Amino acid sequence: MTEETKTMRGLEAIRLAIEEEMERDDSVFLIGEDIGRFGGAFFVTEGLLDKFGSERVRDTPISENAILGCAVGAAMVGMRPIAEIMFADFLTVCMEMIVNQAAKARYMYGGQISVPVTIRVPFGTGIMGAAQHSQSFESWFMHVPGLKVVLPSNARDFKGLMKTAVRDNDPVIFFENKRAYYQTGEVPLDKNFTIPFGQARKFTEGDDVTIVATGAMVLESINAARKLEAENIHCEVIDPRTLVPLDKDSILNSVEKTGRLLIVDEGCKTCSVSAEIAAIVAEEGFHFLKKRIIRLNTPNVPIPYSPNLEKAIIPNAKLIQENVKKLT
Amino acid sequence: MKKDELPKDLSSDELINLYKKMLLIREFEQRITKDTGKIKSPLVHAYTGEEAIAVGACAAINEDDYITSTHRGHGHFIAKGGDINSLMAEIYGKEGGICKGRGGSMHVADFSKNMLGANGIVGAGPPLALGVALASKMRNEGKVVLTFFGDGAANQGMLHESMNLAAIWKLPIIFVLENNKYGWSTPVDYATVIKDLSLRAQGYGMKGFTIDGNDVIEVYKTIKEAVDIARKGGGPTLIECKTYRWQGQTTMDADKYRLTEEKEEWKRKCPIEKFKIRLIKNEVFDRAIIQKIGEDTLEQIDQSVKITKKSPKPDINTVLDDIYKNPMNLGGN
Repeated sequence: MTEETKTMRGLEAIRLAIEEEMERDDSVFLIGEDIGRFGGAFFVTEGLLDKFGSERVRDTPISENAILGCAVGAAMVGMRPIAEIMFADFLTVCMEMIVNQAAKARYMYGGQISVPVTIRVPFGTGIMGAAQHSQSFESWFMHVPGLKVVLPSNARDFKGLMKTAVRDNDPVIFFENKRAYYQTGEVPLDKNFTIPFGQARKFTEGDDVTIVATGAMVLESINAARKLEAENIHCEVIDPRTLVPLDKDSILNSVEKTGRLLIVDEGCKTCSVSAEIAAIVAEEGFHFLKKRIIRLNTPNVPIPYSPNLEKAIIPNAKLIQENVKKLT
Repeated sequence: MKKDELPKDLSSDELINLYKKMLLIREFEQRITKDTGKIKSPLVHAYTGEEAIAVGACAAINEDDYITSTHRGHGHFIAKGGDINSLMAEIYGKEGGICKGRGGSMHVADFSKNMLGANGIVGAGPPLALGVALASKMRNEGKVVLTFFGDGAANQGMLHESMNLAAIWKLPIIFVLENNKYGWSTPVDYATVIKDLSLRAQGYGMKGFTIDGNDVIEVYKTIKEAVDIARKGGGPTLIECKTYRWQGQTTMDADKYRLTEEKEEWKRKCPIEKFKIRLIKNEVFDRAIIQKIGEDTLEQIDQSVKITKKSPKPDINTVLDDIYKNPMNLGGN
């Protein structure tokens, strides 16, 4: 049986997931800045106001703490809110509601409640956003017990993981890569299509090098792997898709096979996703490694505005190719 | 002795209950202060002196209405109908605590009573209250939310975001500002220029009142009025209740930053004593009943300490429970 799919962009896949979940469950509602009448800074929620009305698609003033207070408080009494923080960079002004409230409520109140909130955040470079509209903060949230951290890299995964996020009973930070918004993919139309958390996706098979990548770095890695095929170097590109929970097994199993590991993520290098994955493999898979681990990240620098400067610091397919060769 | 006006909607039993609850909070806090060496946490905040606010306010709402609380939350917990045995056990960090010893004094919550939690972060209750009120509105429940916070939280940005959002959406929230004159050691007249913090309401287009927070009846009446407005869709109100924190910031705070004269002055305005005299004047109860209430209260607290002592420490094998509701799927492809 073949799956019925439609070609769409990443942002449309997210919209479809939200639309289906809002139809399915009355307790799902949207809240955020410019999400209704305007349709969202990246137009992810375009058209949903007309379909569901202003009660369920709530435009707010610029008050990120109040937005997340609304979402987390409503989730504590049984609603399933989806809040949009317009840019991941703005998470800094509302960390309180995520870190001290949503993440802690279930545990510190002795399991009396759960907090089924989804917090959507566009992140990453590629739009000339400069230092305050381009950052990749996903690793910060991996450090907070009680949160789940989701970071899809493509349209299909956007849909399946968004649906799972909304249905999940715990707080989920859903990182939406800006570049992936505009890339098209085949997206299943089945309303029951979901992707479980904690399952990595393997994009290419190979025995030589394992490449673990997230977000926009997944496509760069796939492109690199294709080029390397011509040189008879076979890479296994793995996208963890969810950082918490993290599918350690898929990574370790691949490293067991290849003995070589390259990790690519867009966050600044220190304390990044790549740092955590490297540490896991060093602790639990050291004996598999035939070569040192290589990490490719953005250096520890604020994101510059000028496109040539931005391009210079973000890992790309060429850099990945070069570094794979260092391992072979 | 001359009778005065007591609210006609409260029966004698209900008036006596207000007294009982205030006394229960007072004696509870006295007990945990006395036992502070056994409890050991330096972060236990007593509500002594402020009892009229929680009790008057919670009497003005229905059982299924919601409250959010503060780091000084024992009084709100008791006033909302929480069980003192599970409160005591929680403060002692026992398995029998309302949060199974995971939260402690600053996180007491009883969701079965819609007491949505004490909170260790100053000013974090009001934004959460927005969501609760929004849920109530979206589900047409007709329930209101009292969100308690102090003069310290009054200067936190998230409170101001919350008052604005509550106002534009006419959410059923009552902002109950407990002005006890100090944020730990910082006097309110250092922290802000205006004398009455209820003035802040004007900036958000909502009504604001400043009242005597040591008068349980005034608290009851004012909150009730605000609740009626909120329930009818009229939106939020800010009510500043002037009061005084009798003890230091915590039960272990040496409290050297406040003048004895000031503390004595406020002790003469004791909300419980004031209300007791008023009830006697109005012949609602007499000395014999007062004596009995006093004894019963102490007995109840002794009992809670006994139950707490019998309650086991939490099992260390459960320390990783309840982080997530949905179990983590860590499986491979």
